[in-house]
Amino acid sequence: MSNSNQKSGGAPSTGHNWDGIEELTNPVPRWWIWSFYFTVVICIIYWIIYPAWPVGKSYTTGTFNDITYNVVNKDTGEVKEVTTHWNTRALLMADMQRGKEALKQKAYMDEVAKASFDDILSDPEKMAFARSLAKGIYGDNCAACHGTGGTGVVGLFPNLADDDWLWGGKVEQIQASIEQGRHGYMPDFKNTFNAEQLDAVTEYVLSLSGHAMDSKKVATGKRIFNGQEGGCYYCHTSKATGMISVGAANLTDSIWTIADVQGAASLEAKKASVKSVIANGVSRKMPAWSERLSANDIKLLSVYVHELGGGK
Amino acid sequence: MKHDKIEKNLGLLMLFTMVVISIGGLVEIVPLFHINDTIEKVEGVRPYTPLELRGRDIYQREGCYLCHSQMIRPFRDEALRYGHYSLAAESKYDHPFQWGSKRTGPDLARVGEKYSNEWQVQHLIAPRSVVPESIMPNYPWLMKNDLAFSDIADRLRALKKVGVPYSESKAEYEANVKEFGQDVAEMLDIQKAQENLIKQAQSGNYDGDANRITEMEAMVAYLQMLGTLVDFSQYDEGHFVQFR
Repeated sequence: MSNSNQKSGGAPSTGHNWDGIEELTNPVPRWWIWSFYFTVVICIIYWIIYPAWPVGKSYTTGTFNDITYNVVNKDTGEVKEVTTHWNTRALLMADMQRGKEALKQKAYMDEVAKASFDDILSDPEKMAFARSLAKGIYGDNCAACHGTGGTGVVGLFPNLADDDWLWGGKVEQIQASIEQGRHGYMPDFKNTFNAEQLDAVTEYVLSLSGHAMDSKKVATGKRIFNGQEGGCYYCHTSKATGMISVGAANLTDSIWTIADVQGAASLEAKKASVKSVIANGVSRKMPAWSERLSANDIKLLSVYVHELGGGK
Repeated sequence: MKHDKIEKNLGLLMLFTMVVISIGGLVEIVPLFHINDTIEKVEGVRPYTPLELRGRDIYQREGCYLCHSQMIRPFRDEALRYGHYSLAAESKYDHPFQWGSKRTGPDLARVGEKYSNEWQVQHLIAPRSVVPESIMPNYPWLMKNDLAFSDIADRLRALKKVGVPYSESKAEYEANVKEFGQDVAEMLDIQKAQENLIKQAQSGNYDGDANRITEMEAMVAYLQMLGTLVDFSQYDEGHFVQFR
């Protein structure tokens, strides 16, 4: 219980008394009062220099605080300087167009825009720039499917870190893949082949990469592969080395991007995985990036991806 | 009024507290309704199609908004990572909006058409099968559950009540043709909602299963249109600054 006779400073009571705890009329500290007045002054300054008060269908835009940025004409590329009242969008434009870091980056970007792929690949400084910038672009846009290290997901997204390229591993070909996107397509053969034919083609396909298979079945499979029955050679060629223009895989190497042959424990499991691909076909789409990324970004990204896989 | 009265009457205290707090909100928000430039004048923004709308419902049901925002702010790092900052106009048909500020996962305002449908499906079923470092939960049931859409027309009607221009009458339909063009107006017709949903699901086949319409179908259809309505190449760089 408090003793109401021992009032601090002797100020009179406000009359608020809760279970003997009493509130007095002592003034708040001087420093507090002055801080309060200070915030009021700051507030008024804020109203003057920043957009603050609504007025009808518009608002006070503030003054002494204008931002200058460029409006770039979408067709002609003509640059027009515009000065506007303070706002975050103008601030962003100014930062992207005139900021210290932006200008530093732009100097490199202009160099890259002029340079050919050979120039970039042979110049260590440009390569260092490509690596550091494209790493971010790759991480934001490509890594979701192809993985941060470019190893992809077997069956879904191609591995970019090996030296096998479905659509071509030259840096120009990589650029085209990124710009236009790709649609990897193989028809399904489940209604074309009966069980024996499917089995034979599977045996042949696996024999191409050095698996010891049943020689009789392999011979049948080869005939179907290279004949009208299967027509596999249309895309994979009669040597089964694949065709870059349609993204058909080379079947003679040990790299598998759709059937999980490397991951299969037994020969039976390998056969099952290849069989499933032949029966069900393939349809994989990579989106086109030319709308989302700038030409320069794609150029640098092409160099980066090219390097990931020890490009051709 | 005496302090005593307010402080000793809980109902009164709550009422006055609410009044004082709402003044703070109202003076910030209400003027924006009347300022001309709040919503940018921009081509291409349209209400969701029935299938996308169901996807959006599922997005909310699963609580995606708890980890993903849908608003790209006008900062350099966000511009570089996500693309053009979000416009107010882009969410003018959202009820409720999905802006958010909690980003455990990345912002999704412009995720549409960034990845393939196959990736979206795989990633929703098992995120770590494609992004090993991801901490997103698995949503395998999206692929197992058939999409419920018998009440889709009522869902559109509910949104119409709060101002989204889905059409019921001939006159509303004509107005939509004028505003959005024939194809979109067709999609906004409440009478045809179910038919439109099935049509879009079959032609898009977002989930890769042509025989069924799953919840995945709606979800991927929704994700693939996010942030794709405005074609920014149609506008000068810096064009949208004038709306602030």
